[in-house]
Amino acid sequence: MRAVLVLVALGLIAVSGVPGLFFGRRSPAGERIAAFVLILGSVLGLALALGAMARPVSFACAWPVPGGELAVRVDGLAALFLVPLFVVAPLGSIYGLEYWPQRDHADDGRKLRLFYGLQAAGIGLLLVASNAVLFLVAWETMALAAFFCITTEDRDVAVRQSGYIYLVATRIGTLLLFAMFAVLHAASGTWDFSSPGASIAPSAATAVFVLALLGFGIKAGLMPLHVWLPGAHANSPSHVSALMSGVLIKTGIYGIARVCSFFERPPIGWGVALLIAGAVSGVLGVAFAVGQHDLKRLLAYHSVENIGIITMGLGVAVLGRAVGSAPLVALGLAGALLHVWNHALFKALLFLSAGSVLHATGTREMDQLGGLAKRMPRTAFAFLLGAVAICGLPPLNGFVSELLVYLGLFRMLGSDRTWVMGAIGAPALALIGALALACFAKAHGAVFLGQGRSSHVARAHDPGAAMIGPMALLGLACVFIGFAPALVAPALERATAAWAPDVAAVVEPLEGLAPLHILTVTGAALLGLAGAVAALRARSSQRAPVASGVTWDCGYAAPSARMQYTSSSFAQTLVAFFSWALRPDVHRGVPGGLFPPPATFHTHVPDTVLDRAVLPLSRGGARALGWFRWVQHGNVHLYIVYMLAAIVVLVLVSR
Amino acid sequence: MLERLLHLAAQLVVTLVLPPLLVGVITKTKAVIAGRVGPPVLQPYYDLAKLARKGSVFSTTTTWVFRASPVVGIAAAFLASLLIPLGGHEALISFAGDLVLFAYLFGLARFFTVSAALDTGSAFEGMGAAREATFSCLAEPALFLGLLVLVKRSGALSLSTMLGAAVPGEWLSSGAALVLVVASLFVVLLAENCRVPFDDPNTHLELTMIHEVMVLDHSGPALGMIFYGAALKLFVLGAIVIGIVVPFRTGSYALDVGLFVAGMLVLSVVIGIVESVMARLRLRQVPSLLVGACLLSAFAILLASR
Repeated sequence: MRAVLVLVALGLIAVSGVPGLFFGRRSPAGERIAAFVLILGSVLGLALALGAMARPVSFACAWPVPGGELAVRVDGLAALFLVPLFVVAPLGSIYGLEYWPQRDHADDGRKLRLFYGLQAAGIGLLLVASNAVLFLVAWETMALAAFFCITTEDRDVAVRQSGYIYLVATRIGTLLLFAMFAVLHAASGTWDFSSPGASIAPSAATAVFVLALLGFGIKAGLMPLHVWLPGAHANSPSHVSALMSGVLIKTGIYGIARVCSFFERPPIGWGVALLIAGAVSGVLGVAFAVGQHDLKRLLAYHSVENIGIITMGLGVAVLGRAVGSAPLVALGLAGALLHVWNHALFKALLFLSAGSVLHATGTREMDQLGGLAKRMPRTAFAFLLGAVAICGLPPLNGFVSELLVYLGLFRMLGSDRTWVMGAIGAPALALIGALALACFAKAHGAVFLGQGRSSHVARAHDPGAAMIGPMALLGLACVFIGFAPALVAPALERATAAWAPDVAAVVEPLEGLAPLHILTVTGAALLGLAGAVAALRARSSQRAPVASGVTWDCGYAAPSARMQYTSSSFAQTLVAFFSWALRPDVHRGVPGGLFPPPATFHTHVPDTVLDRAVLPLSRGGARALGWFRWVQHGNVHLYIVYMLAAIVVLVLVSR
Repeated sequence: MLERLLHLAAQLVVTLVLPPLLVGVITKTKAVIAGRVGPPVLQPYYDLAKLARKGSVFSTTTTWVFRASPVVGIAAAFLASLLIPLGGHEALISFAGDLVLFAYLFGLARFFTVSAALDTGSAFEGMGAAREATFSCLAEPALFLGLLVLVKRSGALSLSTMLGAAVPGEWLSSGAALVLVVASLFVVLLAENCRVPFDDPNTHLELTMIHEVMVLDHSGPALGMIFYGAALKLFVLGAIVIGIVVPFRTGSYALDVGLFVAGMLVLSVVIGIVESVMARLRLRQVPSLLVGACLLSAFAILLASR
């Protein structure tokens, strides 16, 4: 019964954009109905997901589609991934009321809301699907709806390009998933998710894992499969970016986790592969982020980084299962899954703050911004909170999940079979943390601190309640998990129990492995100490005079905004360290001669994988396949004939 | 119970009082080696007292982030100091994974210091901020690699156990690894505290500096807090090194803490000697030294894994 209610909630979300289609181009009624229906569905879904953590629910009935029943099951793992969906999606739709109002976006507002709801519902359906066919239907709903969300502003050529790159990437990913499920079905004889892995031959199991890692990795954005991600995140409306980065890419993680859970004793190589993929993705993702000067592209590369951290946690868990170490499973999976929640919260917060900046100034170029903290104090505070959280700094939530992953990695040092990966993983995570700190200090500093660098910032101001409200709630959630992580431990334990029932029976509670309650104490101590120091200083400054003046620029009395360090100059040394991977375009105007021209410095970091590997390969492929071009002529009825012919051939072959 | 309270009080007193003395000892050592008399060893305390009474000037460009930065710096460093086992006796706060909190607290302080520098809108401070953020990307993995060796040897996940009673035995069983770790952590200590050869705390030529240039705009009590926070950071990172280097655990709290304090003073003298006999590295060479520190610890892990 409750499983059916989950489907009802997802149905409400799916149709939330439909009523708007029947209202006028500038009528605000449609957007309000959409937000209301979506919130209704999400609240219902959230209640059910939280309930399903304690007691899994399932539902199955026959349906006319081949490949088994329509089977839905919400266990601890699925419920854990559903929670961020039901939090971020409604907050994004509220944000959209002010960010993308129908009256200002008569052309594309209705389309955006229709596909926003469909995308969210697709994500939800694939998370609860317990049958490969239903899973793929939901997967495609999500993937195609996301395409239309990304291309909301399809007048813009950059948006269309990002959309096409996304479309190609997601098609390839789906193709790999078809292959994966086909291998799984051939080896196990079932399309059902309940217990396919027990009797699979090792070679088929390896094929399933590799296909899953590639197919789901494209959606998750693992480096180097991330090529679609930066453009798509940067060019979507910001609340769509928040939903995509916070929730959609996690479906790739869910897929990898779910497929790994089919196998009780995965080979040790799977864990190693996940750990290496995660570490590469984390380090290079944040290295690319450091080089960006477009605020939303920078945030997009941080998604690649955080997916890397999550994958590392998953790798620890799989490795733990391979060597039969229950603490590794519990710590790695808890770290990965908590980071799924945390990343959804702080990345959504950051994208919404970036959206407010874009809304107020009209530009995403960090080198055009600056000094916004004085004009948009609330947005600046929200961004600062998100930045501290995403860098994994105490006392916010990012620290908790990274601590769990660290503990898993440290424990790997104790065993002869795993210590090498632990000794590589922990410093890699430290490097990721330090680079993220540099990157967010740069982003926050360049956008919000100092002086405004262009006229874009002149009239900027904080947005209204519909945009600030969702940001405040997300920020509160980050603070809550950071200060009271022990309260989320039961959710993580239940998800672990769903992922590895055999391990959950023997492992001690998470509290015994990682002292989460102490983080409440240290967080409070940090706040208390800061309060005490601030109070001491306030007392001392009461007695002495406080003056204000210009910034001390070493004797120069008229510092100007142009003299500030830009985001390019801040990142210059780090970009140079990583130039073997980043391949930056450096534009340097060196002064020379008797009457030197002004010096300039500017770097641009394009996506190396996309520009140097994928695009040349695609161009070569297009040339090689040019011979077939006569097949493409634009006659739709002939295309249908092709499909018919293909199906007939397939039916004949498969007989 | 009473004994535990006394230990707590002793730890708080040592942590609060000792840090500026270390800076004084370093300065005095350098003066003596240079053949000067130098300021008194207690000069840092006088400076702090003077700065606390002074007025402040705030740039009109700055926001609350600038004013919060010294506060966060002291709070984070002080909380980190509570995780340190003085003389091998269990720290006030100790739990599995506290070494991660230890390292990340400095990250928090660094985030705010760098942000405060960018908040002033000055090119010089931006430069220092960029360097600080850049070099810490190499110092952080070096610190973790060093701590990993201790984790691997002791099998413990908390600083109190890692640097506790087992250290003397570790020296006997895997001395070579510990020597490498100490060398690596000493380099990290110099880098994180912006000492020669990474940075020269005495120059006032802004272009050559990292830390000093970031705090150019602070004045009065805030500047004092930054000096104190820096001394606290020196104390805390030095305490890790001394925790390994001084492998005597007598069992008596007073004696152990006394040994620890003596060790810290010797460490300050060593830093002073290093500062006297070396020149600051060129900025481009700094990363190589930090990578070298990482490699030392990597070798130590290999040694420790036998």
